[in-house]
Amino acid sequence: MTALHRMTLAELSRGLAAGDFSSVELTRHFLDRIAAHDGLLNSFITVTDEAALAAAAAADRRRAAGEAGPLTGIPLAQKDIFNTDGVRTSCGSRMLDNYIAPFDARVVEGFNAAGAVMLGKTNMDEFAMGSSNETSYYGPVKNPWDTERVPGGSSGGSAAAVAARLAPAATGTDTGGSIRQPAALCGITGLKPTYGRVSRWGMIAFASSLDQAGPMAPSAEDCALLLQAMAGFDERDSTCMERPVEDYAAGLGEGIEGLKIGLPKEYFAAGLDAEVEARVREALAVYESLGAELVDITLPNSHLSAPAYYVVAPAECSSNLSRFDGVRFGHRCDDPKDLEDMYCRSRGEGFGDEVKRRILVGTYALSAGYYDAYYLKAQQIRRLIRDDFRRAFEQVDVIMGPTTPTPAFRLGEKADDPISMYLSDIYTIAVNLAGLPGMSVPAGLVNGLPVGLHIVGDYWSEARLLNVAHRLQLETDWHKRIPEAYA
Amino acid sequence: MSLDAEQVAKIAYLARLQIDDAAIPDYARNLSAILDFVEQMNAVDTSGIEPMAHPQDVPQRLRDDVVTEHDQREKFQRIAPATENGLYLVPKVIE
Amino acid sequence: MEWEIVIGLEIHAQLKTRSKIFSGASTAYGAEPNTQACAVDLGLPGVLPVLNREVVRMAAKFGLAIGAEVARKSVFARKNYFYPDLPKGYQISQYELPIVSNGTLTITLDDGSSKVIGVTRAHLEEDAGKSLHEDFHGMTGIDLNRAGTPLLEIVSEPDMRSAKEAVAYMRKIHSLVQYLDICDGNMQEGSFRCDANVSVRPKGQTAFGTRTEIKNINSFRFVERAIHYEAQRQIDLIEDGGEVVQETRLYDPDRNETRSMRTKEEANDYRYFPCPDLLPLVIEPAFIDEVKREMPELPDEKKARFEQDYGLSSYDANVLIASRATADYFEAVVEALDGEAKLVANWMNGELAARLNRDGIEIDAAPVDAVAFAGLLRRITDNTISGKIAKEVFDAMWQGEGGADEIIEARGLKQITDSGALEAIIDEVLANNPSQVEQYRGGQAKLLGYFVGQVMKATQGKANPGQVNQILKQKLDG
Repeated sequence: MTALHRMTLAELSRGLAAGDFSSVELTRHFLDRIAAHDGLLNSFITVTDEAALAAAAAADRRRAAGEAGPLTGIPLAQKDIFNTDGVRTSCGSRMLDNYIAPFDARVVEGFNAAGAVMLGKTNMDEFAMGSSNETSYYGPVKNPWDTERVPGGSSGGSAAAVAARLAPAATGTDTGGSIRQPAALCGITGLKPTYGRVSRWGMIAFASSLDQAGPMAPSAEDCALLLQAMAGFDERDSTCMERPVEDYAAGLGEGIEGLKIGLPKEYFAAGLDAEVEARVREALAVYESLGAELVDITLPNSHLSAPAYYVVAPAECSSNLSRFDGVRFGHRCDDPKDLEDMYCRSRGEGFGDEVKRRILVGTYALSAGYYDAYYLKAQQIRRLIRDDFRRAFEQVDVIMGPTTPTPAFRLGEKADDPISMYLSDIYTIAVNLAGLPGMSVPAGLVNGLPVGLHIVGDYWSEARLLNVAHRLQLETDWHKRIPEAYA
Repeated sequence: MSLDAEQVAKIAYLARLQIDDAAIPDYARNLSAILDFVEQMNAVDTSGIEPMAHPQDVPQRLRDDVVTEHDQREKFQRIAPATENGLYLVPKVIE
Repeated sequence: MEWEIVIGLEIHAQLKTRSKIFSGASTAYGAEPNTQACAVDLGLPGVLPVLNREVVRMAAKFGLAIGAEVARKSVFARKNYFYPDLPKGYQISQYELPIVSNGTLTITLDDGSSKVIGVTRAHLEEDAGKSLHEDFHGMTGIDLNRAGTPLLEIVSEPDMRSAKEAVAYMRKIHSLVQYLDICDGNMQEGSFRCDANVSVRPKGQTAFGTRTEIKNINSFRFVERAIHYEAQRQIDLIEDGGEVVQETRLYDPDRNETRSMRTKEEANDYRYFPCPDLLPLVIEPAFIDEVKREMPELPDEKKARFEQDYGLSSYDANVLIASRATADYFEAVVEALDGEAKLVANWMNGELAARLNRDGIEIDAAPVDAVAFAGLLRRITDNTISGKIAKEVFDAMWQGEGGADEIIEARGLKQITDSGALEAIIDEVLANNPSQVEQYRGGQAKLLGYFVGQVMKATQGKANPGQVNQILKQKLDG
């Protein structure tokens, strides 16, 4: 039998159903791998061994009673941004190092109800702000493909854990590319659903109008199974839409003859590494061979995405992070002299530099006299960007391009240059501004490092995206590759 | 857009963030760079364009006026830095 | 120099919903600290607001009642500032697009004249928690039960020109929100709070002077005194060559003065922006129609109707409609008596009001309800007892001794109306007071009262005064 960690989540699910192995066995296998490898990779902040084994045992009992579903007994890792009742939820920050969540996020509830097993909480850029997982209070995460390089961020821990098969799957969140970009740099599949598809209840907010949770796993088929447990209406989230959830696995194998794939000229311009482009074009050739049609399109306001994003996201986060004040939970400084001292020092000590930078930018952008020039302007540009997509989707069914302009960069390479760091999200950001669904799918290697194909769909087209991604994965095996040290 | 140390200090206070004096010049530099970066927005004329606050153009859903939450003080205060007699304690507020 | 005072009022009315504006925690007053502060109210990481329908209904009701526009689309905005009783570090409020705008309220002044006061806007927001500054070893205690309670902030135009006008406006709003059953108006409990914006300018000047804001004045009397003090302070300051500083001041009722608050006003840049966790509130015409259908009769309409249908004086009507509970009580009594509006009005504005005041309670806490009260008054109108005896009976009822009939029976208070019996008693009185009879017949008509008094004494007040008067006159004038 194939080693358990070389099986995709879907294969593990079938294996459990067939009784080839138990959940306890499966869980133990991954816990052992975490123990063996995560010292180097640092992809987990908290490992919940005992609880995981107990949950695995419960899942096996459930299966014996004939009550198992596709995710019952499947171990997975939760990004440390989701509240997990009774378990530390740090959001990668010293501010929440002592925060034991008193409730479960909806995403966690969904997996618990499905009988999945939580292995632990994964490392992430602090408060989801970053593209390299270098801003975490708990230290950087290493890319399993080359441990001197970044895994991407902010869901770097989840991406690395899955890439190294320390977990069959993980959850991530995506505000400007934080699922898709690390998925691309780590050679796994990641999906950011339409804004409003997955409830944000219990998901620590970074930029409320952009954040969305999604699955990260080896394959599109895996992501379909995971999304099924995550999607759905939740009355506790006003921005979560009351829209029925499709069966995401049902249409995975459908043909894609006649699928119109839009290729924005702005995504194949200067700044894109030639080898990355080559891998992307190879993937596009596969689609053509399957009967898809490539159409040149333009998204003329693309170049405004990053500037608009770097106003909207910091503005919203500067407000969202005000609740971290040392009063009711989280870090409080020692011996505060007075209230102001308590606020300033607790927050000064609790937050890292990148978080502070974004809070300052956001505060400035919203401050008296600047609101129109910055925040309002950015929201107007947002509409322009969304309208570009709207026009594009009148011509094409999906839009493709590279997920990132280059493969993984070195640790420390961009740490002093925030702008350069921000530009690594250049292709993914517009999707969050518009609220559209997007995926990254493994498309090959460049100098031994993975690169991703970015696929964007119209609102609520997750099933189609998964189908399109799955079809590529039937023809290629990039999604099955595991870095040698972890194979 | 260039920010000086004084402006940075003011914004830091608005956000109740303590920043070491020694670090302020770096923050000023980085913030100025970011503000320059976002100034690219001005390349396009957006007059008359309705700002887009949400991807979905739907109205706010309303909930029924029913009490659904009950006392969980003990659980919530277990994680609090300082409490007494059910109250959260903070350094005295000068009014 | 003649000065003109310019006043605008900002009133915060707590809406009396069962649950909070954005969460399902209870809004009940008086609970143990932090037992009604759920995850959303505490601002835990990852929580989100969902809007309470009833809050929208109540705001719309208010808007309709003041003839305002109820916005088809309004937006919730975050008002960002740091304070320990504000868990999220921002208050969800409304800024550029409030739910209600451009209404009016007509106030009646002491001289009977009316004045129209503009209501610029009314918007929805969440209340903050409470800080308790009693010493917890030098710390302040924070109770977040109140955090998230819905508030309607009602902002007037700066149309008032005297403290009296301001009080009249405040009273009218106070009465109105209770009429609409959207706020209990309890100022002691903080469910009705008022801030006053005060400025002065030379009479005739059109430009406004610099204004100050006086915060959290919790009674009608304090509002009046605070405004007087502040206006005079500003006038004195300007006349001495100084300038009024735009600031927030606290009224001290013990010293009857306002003091500047030491908060760093300039540091309060609220950085308003639309709350991204909430979508725009859209109110469809159907919703408004439903609210319209459920509108109660408003105070002005009721007063006019009372004057018209019950023949009450403007003064009496005004007192009776001051609170909806009082007006409802009145109508219930009149219905039970099938008339007698004037009698009821007199008794309510007199005896009933006096006892409520003495005991410091509102009419809905009165130990004698409308039905029982009607029972008492009926015994006056059917001559079972006199008005004077009725007061004694009322006292007993108030103490819980039972209904009117029980008490009249138990204490043997029935009025004596039998002419024979009365004649006999009157004859005796006249026989016992021959010199007074002579004086009366000699022209001292005032002595009639003396005889009446004697008859009352002889009958322990139970003789029917009307009959006594009649029979006495007969016998004396013969």
